[in-house]
Amino acid sequence: MSYPANADQSAPKMTARGVNVFYGTKQAIKNVSLDVRTDEVTAFIGPSGCGKSTFLRCFNRMNDTVDSARVEGAIKLDETDIYAPSMDVVQLRARVGMVFQKPNPFPKSIYENIAYGPRIHGLASGKTEMDAIVEGSLRRAGLWDEVKDRLSESGTAMSGGQQQRLCIARAIAVDPEVILMDEPCSALDPIATARIEELIDDLRGRYAIIIVTHNMQQAARVSQKTAFFHLGSMVEYGDTSMIFTNPSEGRTKDYITGRYG
Amino acid sequence: MASTTASTRVAIVDLPARAPTDWASAAMQRRIARRYSAERNFRWLGMGALLLAAAFLVFLLFTIVRDGWTGFISTEVKLEVFYDPAVLKLDPAALAAAADPAARRALLRQAEFPELMLQTAEQLGPYDTVVSEGAWVDLRDRLEANPGLLGNRETIAVPVRSQIDLLAKGKYDLAEPALTRGVSDRDVAVWRALEGRGLLTTGFNRIFLSTADSTVPELAGVWGAALGSLLTLIVTISFAFPVGVLAAIWLEEFAPKNRWTDIIEVSINNLAAVPSIIFGLLGLAVFLNIFGMPRSAPLVGGLTLALMTLPVVVISARVAVKAVPPSIREAALGVGASPIQVVFQHVLPLALPGILTGTIIGIARALGETAPLLLIGMRAFVVDTPQGFTAPATVLPVQVFLWSDDVARGFVEKTSAAILVLMVILVLMNSFAIYFRNRFERRW
Repeated sequence: MSYPANADQSAPKMTARGVNVFYGTKQAIKNVSLDVRTDEVTAFIGPSGCGKSTFLRCFNRMNDTVDSARVEGAIKLDETDIYAPSMDVVQLRARVGMVFQKPNPFPKSIYENIAYGPRIHGLASGKTEMDAIVEGSLRRAGLWDEVKDRLSESGTAMSGGQQQRLCIARAIAVDPEVILMDEPCSALDPIATARIEELIDDLRGRYAIIIVTHNMQQAARVSQKTAFFHLGSMVEYGDTSMIFTNPSEGRTKDYITGRYG
Repeated sequence: MASTTASTRVAIVDLPARAPTDWASAAMQRRIARRYSAERNFRWLGMGALLLAAAFLVFLLFTIVRDGWTGFISTEVKLEVFYDPAVLKLDPAALAAAADPAARRALLRQAEFPELMLQTAEQLGPYDTVVSEGAWVDLRDRLEANPGLLGNRETIAVPVRSQIDLLAKGKYDLAEPALTRGVSDRDVAVWRALEGRGLLTTGFNRIFLSTADSTVPELAGVWGAALGSLLTLIVTISFAFPVGVLAAIWLEEFAPKNRWTDIIEVSINNLAAVPSIIFGLLGLAVFLNIFGMPRSAPLVGGLTLALMTLPVVVISARVAVKAVPPSIREAALGVGASPIQVVFQHVLPLALPGILTGTIIGIARALGETAPLLLIGMRAFVVDTPQGFTAPATVLPVQVFLWSDDVARGFVEKTSAAILVLMVILVLMNSFAIYFRNRFERRW
């Protein structure tokens, strides 16, 4: 699968304009606009409860599963409004993959974990093609050499870091254009975290990546663009190097220097 | 939170001065001793409760087995039979001509087997009332299986009357006076004489496990009731399981949370606590009177029990579905699975062990249920094994109930024996279900 906009690296892959999110009457996100590009990793940082995960979940409409959630504004994927009635959510989530905070492999074999997405979307016509997708996804996630001899073992029997890379491989397997990562390293030890960060760096350029993180060093290490959220508003958005060395907002400076959060 | 900035400091409060705690003081030691004795007493109480429960169970099983095991053996008397065509009023040529089994059976149905039995029993001399009144059926079955016997002789064993059977099993206290011991002097004399002549044999009761109910204890069997229970349970499971699971999935995964679903939820929980006889009344009013379904049929019994089982299945299925971690749903949604795919490919397989556990409990209760079935006519006296879902039938617990009500002494052991059969079926069913549950069980 390839989309025309993939070729044009200068145009933003996804754009958010004037996004408001409500949980019932409580407003969780207030008028946020930003662009996401394929050649950049975008990091969302901010204190707990600031709405960064909520905002992330707008990009593949995961908030649809919350009854009380309501999203206003426009989010576009390649100029297509993803909240338009004509948008098929199932296809959207194949094009905008997601990696969650806690590694959540299916309680099935490693092979089945990867093959599930391509199978439900009919991306492989036959066993050979599926094998190729599984191998390719695991290779790209840097997991192939560790698991190639035990593809039939349960995905839940692996270590936490391996499980999270398996989840990344599972997201890659459906050939997405964007990958959303919701604090992907918060349940992992420093070594596993370093491997995921390397992996994110490898994946940059091929997929547009948005990562939500609590760890400011991580944001500084892996991202090119950073957005700082506070109390539902996007306080500051810009090049990561600028945000971390010379933030224009006082609140940003307070946060990244550890005054609160 | 963000509002607590660096300027906020925790104020240090001075605690009032007091003497250092003496951990070795007498009061402290007493407190520790009290704590230990409380724990010890609690442990003994718990163990005592368990032992008491186990003792009750052992006592129950002991009495049932003691009374019931003789139901599986029976006494028979040896007789020499002459299949006399003249007595049977059966034309040998006609029987030989009937090659077709159905035609042969029809021919034998008209033959005078009761008369043949009476004449055969005369060889026992004055004790011709020994043979069971239904024993002539044995002669007919022998001849049907082997038409060549007509006009020939053979020695066979036929069931004896219940009184003689019970005497042979030592069920009467012969030291008691004749009035209170429940068996006449004549029967005792008959039994002694036959025993002396070596004509009585005691062995496995082939009748009990292969026939249906009868008015005489020696010919009564549980097979009809067991088959009725099986047919009824098939209806119950095939209705209650899919409906219950689908209802639970809809309520848990798809239903909006509003007043109506709250009312439905409360109603289902209340239904699980409704006395079962109410469901019998419902079955009587709806299935029999409105829909005009046949009385005493496993179909109606099964549907009635399904209504009773449904709330249990729904509640346990909801709990099992709720216990599936949301992260699995998110993972599946995240790769683009539709809600139906999430439910049927991820949630349901993981919830199945829990759903099965609840279903086992519900079905076990349905298998042991009597009251609602009495109301829809399954207490009818049925002498044939049920031929289908709409044929009259009874079920094991109702059979137990009917026999326990019967005045004939021979039904006492049949009652306990039927309870044993019911319990064995229950244990088998549960082991089967637990085996399946463990096979499906997955860890995450």
